[in-house]
Amino acid sequence: MTLTSDAPARTRAERPLKQVHLAAHFPGVNNTTVWRDNSTAASQIAFSSFKHFAQNAEKGKFDFLFLAEGLRLREHKGLIHDLDVVGRPNTLAVLAGIAAVTSHIGLVGTLSSTFNEPYELARQLSSLDHLSGGRAGWNIVTTFDAFHGENFRRGKFLDGADRYARAEEFVAVARQLWDAWSPDAIAADKAGGDFLAEDAIGLVDHHGPQFDVTGFPTLPQSPQGRPVIVQAGDSADGRGFASRTAEVIFSRHAKFEDGQKFYTDVKGRLAAVGRHRDSLKILPAATFILGDTEQEARERSRETALLQVSPQTAIAFLEQVWGTDLGGYDPDGPLPDIDPVSTDQGVTRGRVRHDSDPAAIARGWRALAEAEGLSIRDLVIRFAATHTFVGTPVHVAETINRHVQEDASDGFVIVGSSNPTGLDEFVDRVIPELQERGVYRTEYEEGATLRRTLGLPV
Amino acid sequence: MTARFHLGIALDGAGWHPSAWREPDARPTELFDLAYWVDLVRIAEAAGIDLVTFEDAFGLQSAGFGGVDDRHDEVRGRLDALLLAAAIAPHTSRIGLVPTVTTTHTEPFHVGTATATLDYVSEGWGGWRVQVSGRAHEAAHVGRRTLPPLDPGAVVAGTDPAQTALIEQLFGEAADTIEVARRLWDSWEDDAIIRDEPTGRFIDRDKLHYIDFAGDTFTVKGPSITPRPPQGQPVVFALAHQKVPYELATAAADIVGITPKDDAHLTQILGELADAAATVTRTAPEPLRVWSEAVILIEDSPQEARAALARLDAAHGATYTSDTVILADTAANVAAQLLAWHDAGLDGVRLRPARLPADLVRITAEVVPALAAAGVLDRPAGAGTLRERLGLGVPENRYAASADPAPGALRNDPADHNLIGSARS
Repeated sequence: MTLTSDAPARTRAERPLKQVHLAAHFPGVNNTTVWRDNSTAASQIAFSSFKHFAQNAEKGKFDFLFLAEGLRLREHKGLIHDLDVVGRPNTLAVLAGIAAVTSHIGLVGTLSSTFNEPYELARQLSSLDHLSGGRAGWNIVTTFDAFHGENFRRGKFLDGADRYARAEEFVAVARQLWDAWSPDAIAADKAGGDFLAEDAIGLVDHHGPQFDVTGFPTLPQSPQGRPVIVQAGDSADGRGFASRTAEVIFSRHAKFEDGQKFYTDVKGRLAAVGRHRDSLKILPAATFILGDTEQEARERSRETALLQVSPQTAIAFLEQVWGTDLGGYDPDGPLPDIDPVSTDQGVTRGRVRHDSDPAAIARGWRALAEAEGLSIRDLVIRFAATHTFVGTPVHVAETINRHVQEDASDGFVIVGSSNPTGLDEFVDRVIPELQERGVYRTEYEEGATLRRTLGLPV
Repeated sequence: MTARFHLGIALDGAGWHPSAWREPDARPTELFDLAYWVDLVRIAEAAGIDLVTFEDAFGLQSAGFGGVDDRHDEVRGRLDALLLAAAIAPHTSRIGLVPTVTTTHTEPFHVGTATATLDYVSEGWGGWRVQVSGRAHEAAHVGRRTLPPLDPGAVVAGTDPAQTALIEQLFGEAADTIEVARRLWDSWEDDAIIRDEPTGRFIDRDKLHYIDFAGDTFTVKGPSITPRPPQGQPVVFALAHQKVPYELATAAADIVGITPKDDAHLTQILGELADAAATVTRTAPEPLRVWSEAVILIEDSPQEARAALARLDAAHGATYTSDTVILADTAANVAAQLLAWHDAGLDGVRLRPARLPADLVRITAEVVPALAAAGVLDRPAGAGTLRERLGLGVPENRYAASADPAPGALRNDPADHNLIGSARS
């Protein structure tokens, strides 16, 4: 595929329909994964759950499936958080297992550039790419805090300001390792006796602020050469890193106007670094609730939200902002009238922190609750269990398509609300609607790598 | 003595002889393809082999212990063994999958969760062959520490204090890594997940445990991110050739692989293992199983086997040497040697096929039936896990509160666990 960055922009009416790209997110360890409904909630750790999830996503012709990463169990008020689904596999090992039970779908794992080393992780990703026939992807995260560091050799060693510098240098070293074997390195000439060709393997000799890596990698170039790079950071540093390095952004901007703004900002950064607009796909995370009618969908959304925000979860959510024990408050009553307690490290550890000014958040929430007559639980549902797409399959498909055609995204990372069957309904009911509109594949291209499936420059 | 003799197959590249990849039925262009490995493991599984191991290292293969050589005539390159095993697992159902995982430069936390996950993906057939990385050029792959050049001769002779110190450091770190993995595996009790609607709790947090490991080179807080694996404790295999590794194995491994050259050497090794056992505190849940190791090449007659080995050696331009005995012989004579090891009290053997798939096929088609006929391959009917197949019991969780604790036994006191887990003490 040849892509040039100086083609004149075509108007929306002229250009062909954009194709929708979809990823399937294995339901994670937070409140949005429903475990109370025993009819849908199976084991979060049994391989059979991952197999069902992956094969269903592949049936839906998803571009890739996506796994988060665990580095430490979350804590709340100094104790292991016990209200949400907990426990997950090692990301790479379970992806290797999934490679064996699927044949087309991409396999994207979230892996830290802080608590890994390039020689080993580049090799593992290359191994996954070989084992899957070119379907590996790496979502780079830059967690660096002391809480997570307590499980690793170096503890907290990295300054927050350096986390993207380390990630960027990590990718640069990994690329050298992935490229070190020449494309025709393996001669395997039984008669002549040469397994390796001449100059088969180049020495990697990298010395930088973060890494000193000298040696020969152990793997030939994998089917993709380099696994697809995914990135989710949203800060200015994160966006800069993504515009230089990432091929997919897993964004938080699923609302239409917000999505357009983010899309324009990030895509606008690409030309300056010599990249074509189509060399980076933007996929916001999205949840969904379907119904035969809009009314039914809204009712199901409310039912699901109540399962996602139990009374205990509602209080715990508020405690993250208030920084103190709120166990005495009624979840169905008004918000606490006390002000948040300021703490240095927050009451919850092991997940993404809320914004830094709890007092301002509390004021805003109180005002909102009073204006709309919301209880604690109602308010928490508003923030922690609002579903992105609620409606009939036709409505959801049309909404997704509108976001894509009008450049609010290139598609979505879809998260079901239960495990492992939460996505089944989406595949059965929404995917056919997208296919009918001519904006979504009806078959995988045989033998395509993940990069090719995503329509990225190969 | 045990009535059951166990069989493992050590898979590596196109076989253990450096010229094996040139054999007519070798598949040297497929060494990085999953299908090649699935084919091999299925051959072993169909014959009732108990486990397969996958060789690996923290760097490119090389002859000798110096830097990477520039040979073109041997197989170079390997897939990550643990990921390979995890990808094979959904294709098999009743054979142990035991990848080599290095302890020296890797993260103990990742090692613990990856081995647990292999056990989940294989539904109870996961293991781990523990290996250290002592080569100076492999340390340069990470660049955070410098190791002196390794001299295996001096290590075995025990004459060079610096070499002895290096080995003790590497194996001490390996012992610590095994201890961390074992604690992580146990850090969730089996009934930690309660899904209790009235209290809104998914887990009973009292059944999750910090492991609070502090060693010379790292600390790990825990608990694991991964619930306790199906086997509780996946099977730990350690190959050992001398005192320090014997101490590691007798302290922490489930199976030790030894390399006797002859009967006298076997007697000597068993004595050294007994000496090692006397100096360490055993932390693995069951008594140590002792397996022998052998490179296997099988032809229809001893003459043909010797000729085949000579032909491979000629192709290689050198006589193949190994850290263990090379049995180039008939299937009957190989079986006789294995029965002799069984009669000497060994619990099993890990066979290293000289040529793949040729010698794997001959082992499964000819040696296994001979051993079965001799009555040494009785297996528990319908074993559901590798531990069960090997006769290793279901291990208790070290953190689970005993219903009837012995006086003074503080099962949950981390200090209690700091007393164990070091093969160096």
